[in-house]
Amino acid sequence: MIAAVIALPALSAALLLSLGNRTNKFGPWMAIGASASSFLIGFWQFLQMLARPEEERAVITTVYEWLAVPAAGFKVDFALQLDQLSISFVLLITFVGTLIHIYSLGYMSHDENQRRFFAYLNLFVAAMLLLVLADNYLLLYVGWEGVGLASYLLIGFWQHKPTAAVAAKKAFVANRVGDFGLSLAIMTMFIVFGSVSFSDVNEGVAGAPAWVSLTIGLLLLLAACGKSAQFPLQSWLLDAMEGPTPVSALIHAATMVTAGVYLIVRSASIFNASEIAQTAVIVIGAISLLMGAIIGAAKDDIKKSLAGSTMSQIGYMVLAAGLGPIGYVFAILHLITHGFFKAVMFLGAGSVMHATNDNVDMRRYGGLSKVMIFTTITFFIGYLAIIGIPPFAGFYSKDHIIEAALSHSWWAGAAVLFGAGLTAFYMTRMVVMTFFSKPRWEDDVHPHESPLSMTLPMIVLSIGAASMGIILTNNHMFEHWLEPVTGFVEPEPPFSIQTITIITLSVVAIGVLAAIWQYRKIAKVAPKKVSFAVTAARKDLYGDVMNEALLMRPGQVITKALNIFDKSVIDGFVNGLGLFTGGISSRLRKSETGYVRSYAMSIVLGTAILVIVLLIVRL
Amino acid sequence: MIRSVLKLAEIANESAISFEPFVFWLCGGLAVLGAIGMLISHKAVHSALWVALTMINLAVLYVLQSAPFLGVAQVVVYTGAVMMLFLFVLMIVGVDASDSLIETIKGQRRVGILAGVILVIALVLLLGNSFSIQAAELVNADSTYGGNVQGIAALLFGKYVLIFELTSALLITAAVGAMVLAHKERTSPRKTQAILAKELFASGNYKGPLPSPGVYARHNSVDTPALLPDGSVSEISLPGPIVARGAVKNINQSDLNEVQIISEGLGLVSSEEEGDK
Amino acid sequence: MNPDAYLVLSGIIFSIGALGVLLRRNAIVAFMSVELMLNAANLAFVTGARVWGNLDGQTAAFFVMVVAAAEVVIGLAIILTIFRTRNSASVDEASLLRW
Repeated sequence: MIAAVIALPALSAALLLSLGNRTNKFGPWMAIGASASSFLIGFWQFLQMLARPEEERAVITTVYEWLAVPAAGFKVDFALQLDQLSISFVLLITFVGTLIHIYSLGYMSHDENQRRFFAYLNLFVAAMLLLVLADNYLLLYVGWEGVGLASYLLIGFWQHKPTAAVAAKKAFVANRVGDFGLSLAIMTMFIVFGSVSFSDVNEGVAGAPAWVSLTIGLLLLLAACGKSAQFPLQSWLLDAMEGPTPVSALIHAATMVTAGVYLIVRSASIFNASEIAQTAVIVIGAISLLMGAIIGAAKDDIKKSLAGSTMSQIGYMVLAAGLGPIGYVFAILHLITHGFFKAVMFLGAGSVMHATNDNVDMRRYGGLSKVMIFTTITFFIGYLAIIGIPPFAGFYSKDHIIEAALSHSWWAGAAVLFGAGLTAFYMTRMVVMTFFSKPRWEDDVHPHESPLSMTLPMIVLSIGAASMGIILTNNHMFEHWLEPVTGFVEPEPPFSIQTITIITLSVVAIGVLAAIWQYRKIAKVAPKKVSFAVTAARKDLYGDVMNEALLMRPGQVITKALNIFDKSVIDGFVNGLGLFTGGISSRLRKSETGYVRSYAMSIVLGTAILVIVLLIVRL
Repeated sequence: MIRSVLKLAEIANESAISFEPFVFWLCGGLAVLGAIGMLISHKAVHSALWVALTMINLAVLYVLQSAPFLGVAQVVVYTGAVMMLFLFVLMIVGVDASDSLIETIKGQRRVGILAGVILVIALVLLLGNSFSIQAAELVNADSTYGGNVQGIAALLFGKYVLIFELTSALLITAAVGAMVLAHKERTSPRKTQAILAKELFASGNYKGPLPSPGVYARHNSVDTPALLPDGSVSEISLPGPIVARGAVKNINQSDLNEVQIISEGLGLVSSEEEGDK
Repeated sequence: MNPDAYLVLSGIIFSIGALGVLLRRNAIVAFMSVELMLNAANLAFVTGARVWGNLDGQTAAFFVMVVAAAEVVIGLAIILTIFRTRNSASVDEASLLRW
């Protein structure tokens, strides 16, 4: 039954892509239907699971035996594992996914390639569901690649835009580096444990030597960095904003970028066995957290700023996952709440762009609260959630992460707190520049509220953003829910929880006030004379520059060298062979003079040689 | 004289000295001479004659080796028929630019002579010690069937009759082939003499001989024009300077009448152009 | 008398015939050289017949003569036909099969 969750969107995508234009009229509706039915089936499975006692909640369904090499002892089944962790993801993906499908109906209504867009969205949903439902690493890899493909197709959806094509390629290549890590990890697992399923690996880690868990852990971290846009593979996320806004909302905020966190949490046993790997995870999370915040604070493009924010928030999740059993649950909790409030903010950004003739420059927004009331309210709710104001969702998840970080080490806690302040700063900046300052619109812009198909999903999501936190942490419900899968240890921070809360809220307040003061007056054109920090942030903290210098240019040199080698050596050899043969033949053909007497000469000479040979033999 | 020669032969026959080496060296030498002569002659006809010399000498050598039938056949067939055929063809072809001894292909002469010399040395060395036994006498073989010709006939129609039949087929094919090659199919009927003559005159360009002086002249003075059968003046009977001077005498009517009478008498009144102006 | 001498003579005449084919440009003279070569072979056959004491060699020489005669007939007819068309009896003229 659970296989239908994956099968329905996959089938819908296949039909939409193969039947082509014939499905144009009903295609979007079929796609929405597929996504919605996935949600309903998932929800029903969830209810069934709730009814069962805790020990029986995890269910593994084998659909069929996929790969088997008996000689090598290699066997991988197409099996789906439905447990508390995966069902949480399934619900998040299908719910937010369906809402964004509905949003896309309005957003892409004028696009002639609408059907293709919905096909790709369905493809993405199917692949992501496969990723979270797989019961072994190889099947997870299939889903992993699938979402990478869907991301590429959707970022580059507007194929006629060269920037979009380049961004899609960049995303795919960066993802590939991560995939490299994942495939190496799977190979190591097979060599060491003889199997790649989660259960076997989890059992085997206990008895394996230290280098095994360290290697696999670091490789899995590399994979997560690629998919979740963490340092050092973060450069693709900001460029991915070239895609349509629903894509940014679904893939690059709520779901695909969280696949890395899912991988780390799923491989909890491996990371628990290696402290070095865990520390590496925490460091990467901290760096990405701060990097994303700094970049987001300097971008004038609303989508790019939100992308920086995504990178930062996922840094939070990765950091929490690296903390071990004290943090896994909160990482997932933050993932779910982030899914809601980031999606609502992206959809809000899309709504704002729709209203201002697809302008993304926040310096040309301003005062939109007066004309777009629904967008303003939903976006504001998301804003409050992300900066961590109680009782909105972000407060609960973020606060627990800060608590867990402080209980691990002072530097992790410091990073997280500083990040919270930065988050407050740049989000307030965004809200002020977009909605609350004086209007700085262009001459032909007449903003209006978006249609219902766009505002309805935003409203639903904002309700989620507002309430998810309270609902899930009520009576530590979520921790107990996930505990059988990830393990949960109560963190012991150096200060009491109330102290931490007060410190956090004060940091947030400082951030908010600093932003309001800084942006009381906003210039229409970005000022040129800015501090070094702002210049660096505008250049994505030189991430692209470093990539180019370290990887691209040497790669180009190698490519050029190989090209020259291919042309001169290999082609030269082959052509030389041809020229050689041609030269010999043109020389040899001179013997065909056409004169009978020349031919007679060769006959006579041959005869003479024959006679001499006979003579020699005789002698 | 004949008697002295026969006597010489009898002596030679009875004596132990064999005349074979003498004949061999003589005829062999002449044969080689003839071959070289063919090689270096400028004219093709000379080459043919040198070859005939060689062949006759070879015929003598055949007879020397107790193959009289073959010797006669050599003279009759080769020298008589084949070389004569060559001479006939040379006659048709005539003298050709190919007769010049300037070599056109570069290096052909040098390499050719070298090849020939190598070949001759090699062959001589190879063939020099072929037979280790002395020559047997062919009396036995000849006497089996009562003579050389009979012996050859026995072999020809006995052991080698199949080859014989094949060669006869070959000869027939050769004869038919020669006829086919030499045959020229006539695509139009042969032109007879009358038609040829008609074509000649129909072209209008044929200038027959002019009538001799006096045939059409009416007077023996230079400035009186001759009259053609139809009464017109013959322009070519007047010398140019006189015409240029305008000193042509007028025609008498009596002359014209005479001419008319003569013409009617000869039946030439109807316009027949014989001889153009 | 050593019959090897006849073979040597045959070899010499054969070589001279070969030289004739190589060096003479007139088609008919080249053909004559071929006839010369055939005659040299005939001489060798007759010598062989004499040495072995049977008439097989002479029969072979006879057949060679027949075939040579037939060959001359056709060969000359061909040369004549070529001469009629091209008006030249040089073997070098027919060099169209060159590179």
